[in-house]
Amino acid sequence: MEKMPKWADVLLTPLISLVLAMAISALVILAIGESPALALTTMIDGALGSSYGWGFTLYYATNFIFTGLAVMVAYHASLFNIGGEGQAAMGGLGVALVLLSLPLPHWALALPAAMIGAALFGAAWALIPAWLQAKRGSHIVITTIMFNFIAAALLNYVLVNLLRPVGSMDPASARFPNETHLPKLSDMALSLGFEWGKNTPANISFFVAVAACVLVWLLIWRTRLGFEIRAFGKSEPAALYAGISPVRITIIAMLISGGLAGMMAINNVMGEAERLVLNAVEGAGFIGIAVALMGRNHPLGVFLAALLFGFLYQGGGELALWTSIPRELIVVIQALVILFTGALDNMVRGPLERMFMAMRKRGA
Amino acid sequence: MAATVDPRGRLETAAPAAIELRGISKAFGPVQANRDIDLRVERGTIHGIIGENGAGKSTLMSILYGFYKPDVGDILVGGRPLTIADSQTAIRAGIGMVFQHFKLVPNFTVLENIILGAEEGRLLRPSLAKARGVLRQLAQEYELNVDPDETVENLSVGHQQRVEILKALYRQADILILDEPTGVLTPAEADHLFRILEGLRAEGKTIILITHKLREIMEITDTVSVMRRGEMVASVRTADTSPEELAELMVGRKVLLNVQKAPATPGQPVLEIRGLRMVDGSGVERLRGIDLEIRAGEILGVAGVSGNGQTQLLEILGGYPEKGSRLSGEIRMNGTPLPLSGGACNAAERRRQGIGHIPEDRQAEGLIMDFAAWENVAFGYHDAPEYGHGPLMDRDAIRRDAEGKIARFDVRPPTCDLAARNFSGGNQQKIVVAREIERNPDLLLIGQPTRGVDIGAIEFIHKRIVELRDAGKAILLVSVELDEIMSLSDRIAVMFDGRIMGERLSGQATTGDLGLLMAGIDPASAPPQDGNAPAGHPSEDPKTPRVS
Repeated sequence: MEKMPKWADVLLTPLISLVLAMAISALVILAIGESPALALTTMIDGALGSSYGWGFTLYYATNFIFTGLAVMVAYHASLFNIGGEGQAAMGGLGVALVLLSLPLPHWALALPAAMIGAALFGAAWALIPAWLQAKRGSHIVITTIMFNFIAAALLNYVLVNLLRPVGSMDPASARFPNETHLPKLSDMALSLGFEWGKNTPANISFFVAVAACVLVWLLIWRTRLGFEIRAFGKSEPAALYAGISPVRITIIAMLISGGLAGMMAINNVMGEAERLVLNAVEGAGFIGIAVALMGRNHPLGVFLAALLFGFLYQGGGELALWTSIPRELIVVIQALVILFTGALDNMVRGPLERMFMAMRKRGA
Repeated sequence: MAATVDPRGRLETAAPAAIELRGISKAFGPVQANRDIDLRVERGTIHGIIGENGAGKSTLMSILYGFYKPDVGDILVGGRPLTIADSQTAIRAGIGMVFQHFKLVPNFTVLENIILGAEEGRLLRPSLAKARGVLRQLAQEYELNVDPDETVENLSVGHQQRVEILKALYRQADILILDEPTGVLTPAEADHLFRILEGLRAEGKTIILITHKLREIMEITDTVSVMRRGEMVASVRTADTSPEELAELMVGRKVLLNVQKAPATPGQPVLEIRGLRMVDGSGVERLRGIDLEIRAGEILGVAGVSGNGQTQLLEILGGYPEKGSRLSGEIRMNGTPLPLSGGACNAAERRRQGIGHIPEDRQAEGLIMDFAAWENVAFGYHDAPEYGHGPLMDRDAIRRDAEGKIARFDVRPPTCDLAARNFSGGNQQKIVVAREIERNPDLLLIGQPTRGVDIGAIEFIHKRIVELRDAGKAILLVSVELDEIMSLSDRIAVMFDGRIMGERLSGQATTGDLGLLMAGIDPASAPPQDGNAPAGHPSEDPKTPRVS
């Protein structure tokens, strides 16, 4: 017996959570003597009101789609991968090594090569915690967190000591060759004959992210491997009974998860910075957790939630730019959204379920 | 109609009933769990409540114990109306409950468990001292002997249950509700429990016994009420009824209580186990040299109290021995040795060898409770070529197959999109049984096929198992229900403490004989006993196995 219709569970619950988060944010903004209405219009205008705003919103969303999918795939195997941050950072290293070492004449060749590099490095970074979990029982939450720090330190070392061009004061790699620069969405729009999102970082990676959503959906719900991942995630004793190897599934799920997180680098490192800089991930790995939670661990949900967080990121930036609302408050708003849509989900769902039960009773 | 019956046949006086329910109804959403229930339980009687799973027995008792509030209806305790808002109210009104799954803190002593929630004052010492005195007295009065300073996790299941009863009595319960109390006990332990209950009755306590075992109802209760689909369909004096009549009342149609089967015609040995030993991850030897043989066309029943190695045996045969365990010995399937460790020792490989498996715990192992019925039909066989192409699954093919199985096994409701958890226990089990039997395995491992399954479904499942045997397949049946073992098996092996205590042909086995074997006593080698000694008092526990 379902307690409420599926559409209500999938759409209504997060929407109400979102409204609640916005209401409390409004109170906070009021409390510091600013106008919530102005804040909201500034955010909407800045993030969605122009193709320029959209260009940034989609760029951020692309990052969050990759990290959200990463968290989601692991979650279906009942593994909480908090290491998206580190895996995405290592993905960046993979991209940089591929693009700086291989002579790739065109972006159409460079993109798949960089994707492979990014996915391999991200997956490799997830492999050690996965192996430790599968074989030694070391909890994946702890190990993936630790690996975030190790990745940051490793990248620091590599950038300062190995990849930094001679004479540069900047802890960053050399710029990637011009032939490997990815087409921006604005360039693509221009070639189709209209102007869109000029000077924004959104690039072709967005379409790769959308394709990844479809592929992940196929993987989880249409393949035998996805069946095994989901079965293992629901019940390990049952998986053993059915002949599904926990070790194998733990490792495969984490490899896919790490690979997806790593692939984020084709957007931020290859598509935007066009070189590897320090701290390129900027917390997107952690946002991925909220995105997956809010997206109900479904690719479509992840896509929508990633758009929302892209909007919050871009809108938040605009808020800091155009109003006297301090930057810190934007973090508060984002945190409230995460809190309500992720952690306090049941607070909304409980009353909603009761409401639907009551309605059905009256209808029956 | 709910007759008010005095157990000893005397004329009913005007004394108020211990418990009286009037017109109790309770709905969970659209599901009517209890509908207009009337129940009268006289003081100083043992009243049985019997019904299939989902008939509403547990809901009714939860209402009585204050876990649920009835939508309408009145509860009278000792003749006075009472609103039972929570279990505290129930306890104050003298109602005690012994749950099917004990609510004990495993690493507390018996004494600490007894006073838990009933501590007086801030310091524990006075409460403990008081409890010790009360406990001594209770032990003398009712044969409820338990060492008050033993840690609960070191007690046998039977003793843990006594602690639960003591807990209720310590809280001065006059009315004791027991939910399926014998499910985990040996026949001897169950006998002892019944003697305790009789002692309590003699002291004027009132006992409500919820069970699905007709034998127990007939053996111990004074009156019995039958529930079906949320309604109380009958309340009768036990002496005036029969198991057949009760079964029919429960199910709503005639039920065959005994399995109808022709004598077995065993063929070639299918499974041979020689000297199988297993030491688990913590170094405990769980199997101490098992020798068994099962032939084509026979059902070998393995009897025993749970926790004597049956689970380990099934897991090893099923291809997934406990992590970190060490195995030795030999298992041959159709003459080929099966790997006992390493990568080739897994459940998928065993299935390819023709071993089907209905696991002991369908909810934890046999099914993914959140998966739809059709996905569960493919579970374990999801790599089968007919279920997909390459890495992709063919949902339509699986669905068609599932619909056929659901129809043939009469799974209700007959929808393959419903999640497994939304089926009743019996229908969940039918999904598992359909999946495993229809693969036509050479050897079918069955653990507790009818645990928590209602009578109608039991009859059906038993029939299918016998059909598979008659098709010339070998069947290993592990069950803690002695009745089930005795009626279904062709040969019976009894397990105790990781060993096979003995084997009997099913026609020659008696409950007493098997009961002794289950308690670890070999009647053949035991010194001669006088008349009634054997089955009577093994309760002074002859090394009762511990629960893990």
